[in-house]
Amino acid sequence: MVRFIIVRVLGAIVVVWIVSVVTFLIFQLGPTLTHTSPVYYYVGKIPPTAEGLKLLTDRFGFNLPLYAQYWHFLSGILFGQSITDGVSAPIPCPSPCFGYSFRQNELVGNMLLQAAPVSISLAAGAAILWLIGGVTVGTISALRPGSVIDRIGMTGSLAAVSLPIFFTGPILLLIFEYQLGWLPDVAYAPISQDPLQWLKSMILPWIALAFLFAALYARLTRSNMLETMGEDYIRTARAKGLSQRTVVLKHGLRAALTPIVTIFGIDVGTLIGTTVITETVFNLRGLGFLSIQSIQNEDLPVIMGVTIVAAVALVIANLIVDILYAVIDPRVTV
Amino acid sequence: MSITSVSTSPVASETDDQPFLRVKDLRVHFKTDDGIVKSVDGLTFDLKRGEILGIVGESGSGKSVTSQAIMGLHKNSNARITGEIWLDGKELVGASEEEVRQMRGSEMGMIFQDPLSALHPFYTVGAQISEAFMVHNKVSKKEARAQTVEMLKKVGIPNAADRYGDYPHQFSGGMRQRAMIAMALICQPKLLIADEPTTALDVTVQAQILELIKSLHEELNSAVILITHDLGVVAETCDKVLVMYGGQCVEKGLVDDLFYAPEMPYTWGLLRSMPRMDRDRQSRLLPIPGQPPSLINIPKGCVFNTRCPFSDRVEGGQCFTKHPELLDTAPNHEVRCHIPSEERREILRTEILPTL
Repeated sequence: MVRFIIVRVLGAIVVVWIVSVVTFLIFQLGPTLTHTSPVYYYVGKIPPTAEGLKLLTDRFGFNLPLYAQYWHFLSGILFGQSITDGVSAPIPCPSPCFGYSFRQNELVGNMLLQAAPVSISLAAGAAILWLIGGVTVGTISALRPGSVIDRIGMTGSLAAVSLPIFFTGPILLLIFEYQLGWLPDVAYAPISQDPLQWLKSMILPWIALAFLFAALYARLTRSNMLETMGEDYIRTARAKGLSQRTVVLKHGLRAALTPIVTIFGIDVGTLIGTTVITETVFNLRGLGFLSIQSIQNEDLPVIMGVTIVAAVALVIANLIVDILYAVIDPRVTV
Repeated sequence: MSITSVSTSPVASETDDQPFLRVKDLRVHFKTDDGIVKSVDGLTFDLKRGEILGIVGESGSGKSVTSQAIMGLHKNSNARITGEIWLDGKELVGASEEEVRQMRGSEMGMIFQDPLSALHPFYTVGAQISEAFMVHNKVSKKEARAQTVEMLKKVGIPNAADRYGDYPHQFSGGMRQRAMIAMALICQPKLLIADEPTTALDVTVQAQILELIKSLHEELNSAVILITHDLGVVAETCDKVLVMYGGQCVEKGLVDDLFYAPEMPYTWGLLRSMPRMDRDRQSRLLPIPGQPPSLINIPKGCVFNTRCPFSDRVEGGQCFTKHPELLDTAPNHEVRCHIPSEERREILRTEILPTL
């Protein structure tokens, strides 16, 4: 088991490294190929003079060979560096240093650090909601296929899948914030500072996001469960004289949920960094919002930072799923 | 006919009038979009403790459906079950799901064809057997474990205590079937139903498994229903045989009668298609031509009429118009065929036996 975990962790590190190389190449090389210097994306919105351009190219090392530039980028992330414009005092940028956003006048790391907890809160909370909701609806539907409950559940989930968040989100806001006034507009607060306000600011986004995914999971659980309940080992469990409850929950659901774990991990991992619409609708400043903002501003260092963080989140989620899978499915060789 | 309440006879002891297991006019019909599938249509048989009954027939003849009906595994499905099943004085067809559930595992145990798919892949073999014990016995996990290890030893699993924590995929096929037997018998049920227990196994292991079933059957003095399509297994193991075709019993008798004096053309066909050591190796096996009937449109008259080579010997084409009754031809030997008994024996002697 230890060996299995070590191998998987090493594999994940390699993947992250490849992601960093690809990200670096796309974002550094892209401007070069279009014959504009990356410098333009590293300074404020006013284009630099020819002299300034040369100065900055030297300072940031854009005339160095690619591997040297990559090493500079990587060593910044790994060991930190200090950033200076050559005039004011150097800004220390501790590891992991993703560089400096001259458009926002802030360290990229700080911006990520502010945005990431919002996205993680959003994804994690919604994930718990949709997992519980989706699996419950799916299981109940599967136990009585074709019944009224099944039809309501599956029609409802079809509707939920079809409704985009920019529809359900405003509807939720309209009902709970403006009509009922149950959840007045509150700003996001970190859970460590004010858990209640954190909860209040998160609950509607969670519901909106979970609604969409719960529908997918309900359908997935239903089809897995239907298949599992037809398996021979379910017949064996019934032949032993187990109660219907034990047969369904211990023997049926256990097997039906195993493939769902994989999808769940990847879904949650993907969501961190891609909940742009939800964040926009509910005015949350998460990674999705940050990525949109930085794309609009052509803020290259921030785009690179968000890309890498989102990729790392997905890789970690995958790693957890892999390890978890070996625990829940004994047939996976460890 | 359907019985709506559970009747328990005051004395559950066994007599000829009240055998341990009595199945009477059992019908299991499934309603589907294409029509009603009559998987089992009017099956009647008795079984005493200490006896082994073999049910033979080809795929789709209703063997497994019968066994699952006895276990009550069709409850809460779209099956419509009528008739009577009496087990040790209790009627099961009309009993509630909960009543039958209590009896599953404790009064009647079942083993299935493919032990790999019949065992849950995510739980250890030991845990699955202990679970079967704990449903019916209020004991601690530790006691159940001890009991399970004992049972695993009894079914011949070496290092039982160590293998307790193994998963099904870590067992060999024969071991898995042994574990299934251990699971079915851990509560010492008096009825064991084995649904093709050796079909998925290596030939070298088949005999061991049959031997194990036989010895445990003797030890527990239980009644056993052995479902198979392997006539060799029947000859080796069973006391009585019931031949099923198209959801009906076409011939029923003691094992010697069925092998030495079979009277139903379908049974002849089965025997002729069985390879034998003592037969000339150049001679070909004779398969039964044609396909089993659709259980949605069961043919009028005899169920076997489309494939029976002797249907032209019956006057007036009765085979195609009148459903033959299951009638005694000798003590403990019943046959469902329009050909008169004497004529059947004549055909057997002159036409069938020489080709066996």
